[in-house]
Amino acid sequence: MGINWSSALKGIWVPVAVLVVWELVVRLGAVNPQILPAPSAVLIKWYQYLLPYEPYEQFQGSYLRWFFSGELIRDLLASLYRVVVGFLIGAVLALPLGLLMGASPRIYDYLNPVVQVLRPIPPIAFIPLAILWFGLGDPPAVFLISLGAFFPVLMNTIVGVRAVDNIYIRAAQNLGANSRVMFIKVILPAAMPYILSGVRIGIGTGFICMIVAEMIAVNNGLGYRILEAREYFWSDKIIAGMFTIGLLGLAIDTGVSRLNDYLLRWHRGLE
Amino acid sequence: MSAEQIEIEHVHKVFRGDGQDVIALRDIDFKISQGQFVCLLGPSGCGKSTLLNAIAGFSLATQGEIRVEGKPVRQPGPDRGMVFQEYALFPWMTVAENITFGLKIRKEDPRKMEGKLNSLLKMLKLTDFRDRFPKDLSGGMRQRVAIARVLALDSPIMLMDEPFGALDALTRRSLQDELLKIWSEFKKTIVFVTHSIEESIYLSDRIIVMTYRPGTVKRDVHVDLPRPRNPAATDFNDLKREISQLVMEEQNRFESAQLKGTTGD
Repeated sequence: MGINWSSALKGIWVPVAVLVVWELVVRLGAVNPQILPAPSAVLIKWYQYLLPYEPYEQFQGSYLRWFFSGELIRDLLASLYRVVVGFLIGAVLALPLGLLMGASPRIYDYLNPVVQVLRPIPPIAFIPLAILWFGLGDPPAVFLISLGAFFPVLMNTIVGVRAVDNIYIRAAQNLGANSRVMFIKVILPAAMPYILSGVRIGIGTGFICMIVAEMIAVNNGLGYRILEAREYFWSDKIIAGMFTIGLLGLAIDTGVSRLNDYLLRWHRGLE
Repeated sequence: MSAEQIEIEHVHKVFRGDGQDVIALRDIDFKISQGQFVCLLGPSGCGKSTLLNAIAGFSLATQGEIRVEGKPVRQPGPDRGMVFQEYALFPWMTVAENITFGLKIRKEDPRKMEGKLNSLLKMLKLTDFRDRFPKDLSGGMRQRVAIARVLALDSPIMLMDEPFGALDALTRRSLQDELLKIWSEFKKTIVFVTHSIEESIYLSDRIIVMTYRPGTVKRDVHVDLPRPRNPAATDFNDLKREISQLVMEEQNRFESAQLKGTTGD
């Protein structure tokens, strides 16, 4: 795996230009730094946000523990925890249901109308109900994230199972597979490319729900922090928080994509 | 056990269409004895694959009965191993996993399984490809794996649905030779669907020439040429000419049906 330096180098120029222009515009007084802080100010704020309030010298405990007591790191971990737990709950419920609905036309006929009515409701629209049901804190946030992850995984699993080529089913029957082996060793892996693309969409939707839920239902996490910063007019912290959210999103997507590549290493469509 | 291993008795198969039913097979009636190599030969739409699928148990006869070892066929099973034209290897399994899939279902002893796997890999020249996925293999290699997968089951009957149809001529010939070797070594009964006249004469003891829709047995030809057969020999070509004539009659019926748009495809 080599890095393509010439294309990486090309990718640097535009961001550098944007940052320089941005910095100049603020330095020359063209915009109010309270509205749009200079990138250098954002970077300094980001660093302060990263480090704990009390210096290491006054902290009791290891360096690692001190480092992880910083506000940014705690927010990051809180957000990551919510999105992972929420996603797992949503996906773990959606996967077996999707397999059943995909494999059995009868179950599909029973459940599909309910799915079709609930699916178009954006998870965000469940916020009032979520708070009414679960109060404030992690439970409503996790509920919303699960909901966001649930439908993409469900729909893709159904399509994936229905798209399983009949030739595999026949080959497995011919080799003596019973229905349990058929499901686990044939239908599930055959549907895996679809399921994993559902996972990728689901975790993206869950990520959006996580930020929104944090702005409304909890008092930590990256979503909460940037909303809090607005109340103090800390635009530098808002932007620092936004970039952190972006980086977390990128990290999650890269992770899922790696997992995808590993699980689908047998797949033709992969480079 | 009777010598007649596969008994096909007055088999009819009707596919229910939107407008009108298609009679795919009409009154097919013949028997295949143990160890025989039988080709089903005919143009597209003659029902040769339909008949094979009926023997395999994938889609049952509408009327009549097929018995294997005296027992009526009700469902697919490992006693009738199938090799498909599209290979039908599981792409998410390695070569070794594909070959042992049927054995694992049967919960065969791991040590015995390993031994069997190794000898099959060796016999079909797949040893170096043991841990590869099917996507990394050529068409010929894939079909070797598919054959190994069926051989692993020790099924007395091998059903083959145009298994070499998608291969180039040279690969095809070498796989045909390997199949003949396997057939004589393991004393399998083979039912082999093809539309290649030469392939059918090269391989089989007996050629069932089928008519275009409805599929019936047009001629049951016993091939008595000594093995190994030489496709350039005079007697080979005499037989080829004779069978060509039979098949081309049906091909012409198929083509005129195509022109009239009555193929239903």
